Amino acid sequence: MSKFGFTINKPRVIDYDLADKRVLNYVLKNEPSFNLCIFCGSCTATCSAGNFTDFNIRKLKMFIRRGLVEEIGTEADKCMLCGKCFLVCPRGVNNRNIVLKVREALTKIESHEL
Amino acid sequence: MNYSHFVLPFTIGLIVLLAYMLVRFGVWIYKLDSDDKQRILKNIFSIKSLQAIKEIFTESLLHRNIFKTNKVLGYMHMSLAFGWLLLIIGGHIQTWIFYDRLSNPIYIPIFFEYFVHNKAGMLFGEVLTFTMDLILLFILTGVALAYFKRFYSKLFGMKKTTNLKLGDKFALASLWLIFPLRLLAESTAASLHNTGGFLTQNFGNFISGLIPVSFFEPVFWWAYSISLGVFFLSLPFSRYMHIPTELLLIALRKWGVKSKETFDAFADVELHACSRCGICIDPCQMSSTGISKKTPASYFLKSVRDKETNSYDALNCLMCGRCEDKCPVGITTTNQRLAQRINLANERQGDFSYLKDLNYQIKTDVVYFAGCMSHLTPGITRSMIKIFRKAKVNYWFMDEDGSACCGRPQKLAGNLEAMKQLMDFNKKRIVESGAKTIVTSCPICYKVFSEDYKLEIEVLHHTQYLNRLVEQKLLPVQADSKKVVYHDPCELGRGAGIYDEPRKLLTHVATLVATKHEKQDSLCCGGSLGNLEIEAANRSLIAKDVVDELSKPNPDVIATACPLCKKTFIKVSSVQVLDIAELIAMSIPEKNEKSGERKKITVLQEELV
Repeated sequence: MSKFGFTINKPRVIDYDLADKRVLNYVLKNEPSFNLCIFCGSCTATCSAGNFTDFNIRKLKMFIRRGLVEEIGTEADKCMLCGKCFLVCPRGVNNRNIVLKVREALTKIESHEL
Repeated sequence: MNYSHFVLPFTIGLIVLLAYMLVRFGVWIYKLDSDDKQRILKNIFSIKSLQAIKEIFTESLLHRNIFKTNKVLGYMHMSLAFGWLLLIIGGHIQTWIFYDRLSNPIYIPIFFEYFVHNKAGMLFGEVLTFTMDLILLFILTGVALAYFKRFYSKLFGMKKTTNLKLGDKFALASLWLIFPLRLLAESTAASLHNTGGFLTQNFGNFISGLIPVSFFEPVFWWAYSISLGVFFLSLPFSRYMHIPTELLLIALRKWGVKSKETFDAFADVELHACSRCGICIDPCQMSSTGISKKTPASYFLKSVRDKETNSYDALNCLMCGRCEDKCPVGITTTNQRLAQRINLANERQGDFSYLKDLNYQIKTDVVYFAGCMSHLTPGITRSMIKIFRKAKVNYWFMDEDGSACCGRPQKLAGNLEAMKQLMDFNKKRIVESGAKTIVTSCPICYKVFSEDYKLEIEVLHHTQYLNRLVEQKLLPVQADSKKVVYHDPCELGRGAGIYDEPRKLLTHVATLVATKHEKQDSLCCGGSLGNLEIEAANRSLIAKDVVDELSKPNPDVIATACPLCKKTFIKVSSVQVLDIAELIAMSIPEKNEKSGERKKITVLQEELV
């Protein structure tokens, strides 16, 4: 039966009860402009790092909102801090600083400060 | 009678202070790295030490740089510093002549009027008494101005003056009292013994009618000595530590020790040489626009000194360098802030291993690196391509399809490790291309290419490169009657010292009009990548101020040489903002092939924008 070709997909429901909001809260506290983001994706369209690799800052921000700390980890390391994302942002979100704050939050989580 | 107990506070204070300074200076020099020590050894017995003494005289005593900022402020500092030194020298000369020997207790020259009651027969006695009174009067005018400055700082060309901490208050109070008390002590002594000059004698005679001078004379001498002692003892804990430290700083600088981006002993000397005079407060645009009162260098350096720095304050600065340019002591405030950013940087700085897969095989003469910011202002890159083609240059547009960042933003965030990764990647590509010149359109990239990459090829900003093309007649340009003002980008001007090429270039194609803030004094557009914390609305606030200032001569075009400045200005400017490259590209006379006539410049402009 196992080779029949059908498997049961993992449910794609997002369980907000399991969301780890530590990174989100840290970012919101230290870079409140995160609240202004409308997830339009302009930042991702212009991204220097996104030109070389699969890096999507909009997705990163969505992971933060959904509290998916593991997924955030490797993504946040790809940013070059070049700053194009904040220049094109129609809402004035300081994307560059969000990345810095995410990295800070991750370091703090690792050292159990957060 | 050459001793009295009242000299003790002064003598103890002075000896403790001198011992403390000796230890402190010794530790600082010991902590310098070995290269710096070598430099000191090499230069200490050379003309450089004489130059250091000259600079100490002009800066620490005459305060020439403060005079440049404001004459009254300069006079105040000069009268106190230079006047005090003259008073000490005068006291010693009096003592040497009177006692006819060179070695005397250290307190005698200071309290000369207390110990000497009969100057009859003393060589130059009258002249010296007169001179000493004159110097005291000179200092007292400075003290009066200092009182006045506390309450009315605008007279000194400063809108704001610094706040004080406890050690400062002790030192300031005692410093304010020293010279008035000296006047009182010498005057009472003069009225008792008739030994005073025009100031002390007359003032002494005047107060002898008001108070019992024979009772008050020792009181005033005690008070004078205590105020000196308190000043000396509180000096290491106050901002007046800058007085001795500045001497060491000037000497170290002359001996060839240079400021680094990481925090070392020299940076610590600089830190303590900051007098917190507050001259950096008014030029700071973060402060003058009311965005952040804590940003000015004097407050930041204070927080570093008190070990109270946090990453928000370190990152909330435009890094424009206006404070560094204005600092009368010449403290490298930008490096100071960078050093703190590096100290506070997160260990997690990014991983760019994904960059390694790319492989380019291109041989060229000139590498053109537009920079990330230029990709957001396509007018600049298009103009540069047009110019390269027109001048028939064999060029390679290195980041045509987007680029890895140059690394400067990483550095400004304190992430040196991440910066190195990006630099290694870009450097390999540049070297492999075999180019002799790299041209960049972005001053941010220019700074990092020329300072950190250690490239063996020529690094040029496009204004330098275009100026060369135009002057060598490789690029034909047509002058125009447009009225243009030029905005110096921070990284290109104060950051890299390029002021003349852009201006020369502009005079070839337009009429350049001066503005209030030129060259070193130019303002920051507010877009700076150096500030990681500032909100977008506040960036526009700064940009609006600057555009208003630049628009005052009613220009047709605001020209700049930085894509980031252009992008920031465009949002708030009603005047057209163009990069110099765009202006040059527009002024290339182009023949219409069919009719043989020159195309109108306005048509070209539409093509570009």
